[in-house]
Amino acid sequence: MTATAPLSRYADLPALIGLMEGDDKHRGAAHGTLDVVWVLYDRVLAVAPETAGDPARDRFLLSKGHGPAAFYAVLAAKGFLEVPALRGWASFDSPLGHHPDRVLVPGVEIGSGSLGHGLPLGLGTALGLRAQGVRRPDGAAPRVVVLVGDGELDEGSNHEAIAVAGRLGVDGLTVVVVDNASSSLGWPGGIGSRFLTEGWEVREAPGRDHEALYASFTRPHAGRPLAVVARVRS
Amino acid sequence: MRETFAATVSQAMDEDPRVAVVLAVISAGMFRAAAARHPGRVIDVGIREQAVIGVAGGLALTGMRPVVHTYAPFLVERPFEQVKLDLAHQGVGAVLVSIGGSYDAAAEGRTHQAPGDVALLDTLPGCAVYVPGHPDEAREALRTAIAGDDLVYVRLSETANRVALPVTGRLSVLRTGSPRSAGVVLAVGPMLDRVLEATSDLDVTVAYTASVRPFDREGLSALVGAAGNADVLVVEPYLRGTSAHEVAAALADRRHRQLGLGVARDREVRAYGTPADHARAHGLDTEGIAKAARDFFLV
Repeated sequence: MTATAPLSRYADLPALIGLMEGDDKHRGAAHGTLDVVWVLYDRVLAVAPETAGDPARDRFLLSKGHGPAAFYAVLAAKGFLEVPALRGWASFDSPLGHHPDRVLVPGVEIGSGSLGHGLPLGLGTALGLRAQGVRRPDGAAPRVVVLVGDGELDEGSNHEAIAVAGRLGVDGLTVVVVDNASSSLGWPGGIGSRFLTEGWEVREAPGRDHEALYASFTRPHAGRPLAVVARVRS
Repeated sequence: MRETFAATVSQAMDEDPRVAVVLAVISAGMFRAAAARHPGRVIDVGIREQAVIGVAGGLALTGMRPVVHTYAPFLVERPFEQVKLDLAHQGVGAVLVSIGGSYDAAAEGRTHQAPGDVALLDTLPGCAVYVPGHPDEAREALRTAIAGDDLVYVRLSETANRVALPVTGRLSVLRTGSPRSAGVVLAVGPMLDRVLEATSDLDVTVAYTASVRPFDREGLSALVGAAGNADVLVVEPYLRGTSAHEVAAALADRRHRQLGLGVARDREVRAYGTPADHARAHGLDTEGIAKAARDFFLV
């Protein structure tokens, strides 16, 4: 058995976040996206630092670009980023800002920050992969997974993309909504109903439950895009 | 030009598997044959103009070359943040092809007009802009644009000049003034024929371009250097003064005067009618250009 690389485990993520936000805060648990992003990179997505430029890779698009420390920490744990790069984040010459920039960080698929851009971009990415007939080495179509927040869903651009993805049956597209009940006007009837009406497969999972998240992401959903609503408290 | 556009892009789809077309209903019928030949490469998102640009950005991220098309206000103004972020900020390109422009859709009213389109796109670093003055120029501009990777705007018009000129990125000289001439007139796209007629009795150099960004600063500098006066009149078919900063930069090394003609900035023309009516209202008919030229060149 090979030795585990330093700072590459789930248990190391709080320390990695601490390099950005300060060791004393121990704020790892406060990042609602942490477990979702970890499960995706650890068990779901077929992408690694050496395949980050491969056209047939799976793609993760962090649409909700704010609060990216958990994302950067997972990228560092998985070897996309050098751990020392986490120090000095948001300084002038750091590639790591309060909102990620794909041009500056290998492994970051989109620059985000302004809300409501990731889902249309993810839809276009999935349509582009489908039009070109791109296949992973295992023969499967590459997946495109977009993370949005429930507050972010306020932006109307998401609803354009939700409708188009459903109508065109873009099954290469997965959206995970990290729902911390931050939408100021709420979603009567539930977030999932917005996707269900448009023909998506909809699943719900506790946002900290790794097994439940994994199952939600990996059960088949042929012919339809997949929405996973991941509830968290923070 | 719209028919030329559809034919040119359909042919490009046959020749280059990277090319995809993204539509928001407008002109969808013109791409039905191409869609049948190339499944998945003509994407009509319905009347959803944020998605039309976002989807194009995603396609480009997978290495495709998206051509995006609708009316200018719905292509540039409504989804401007998508153009800024989903294309420019992601470091990917697309070919944005508009119809409607300033007041081609005169009878439709202000909602279907976008005289500020070029000025808006001019705020994005590196966005190339073509304003063809003839269907053949539109074909040439589209072929060049599709072959590249950058963000390019091609502004089609229903008004055309009698003769097509090469689309080179440099200014073309149509008439050369004497060494004691009053200055230089630059006509953009479909303004050329009117400019030639309006200035026929003036001793000026008349130049033309269908590619306004990047702007041929060197070419303008040389033409002004050979003219009798460093006075430049720019006639553009969109917002007045859109290229004033380019002229200022081209002539920053000398004292000069400049005037821009185009669609008025100080008022909204709240009227319908025809494009010719609107040209008259903005002083962009032959008579209006002739009067402005005489006043500016002090003849």
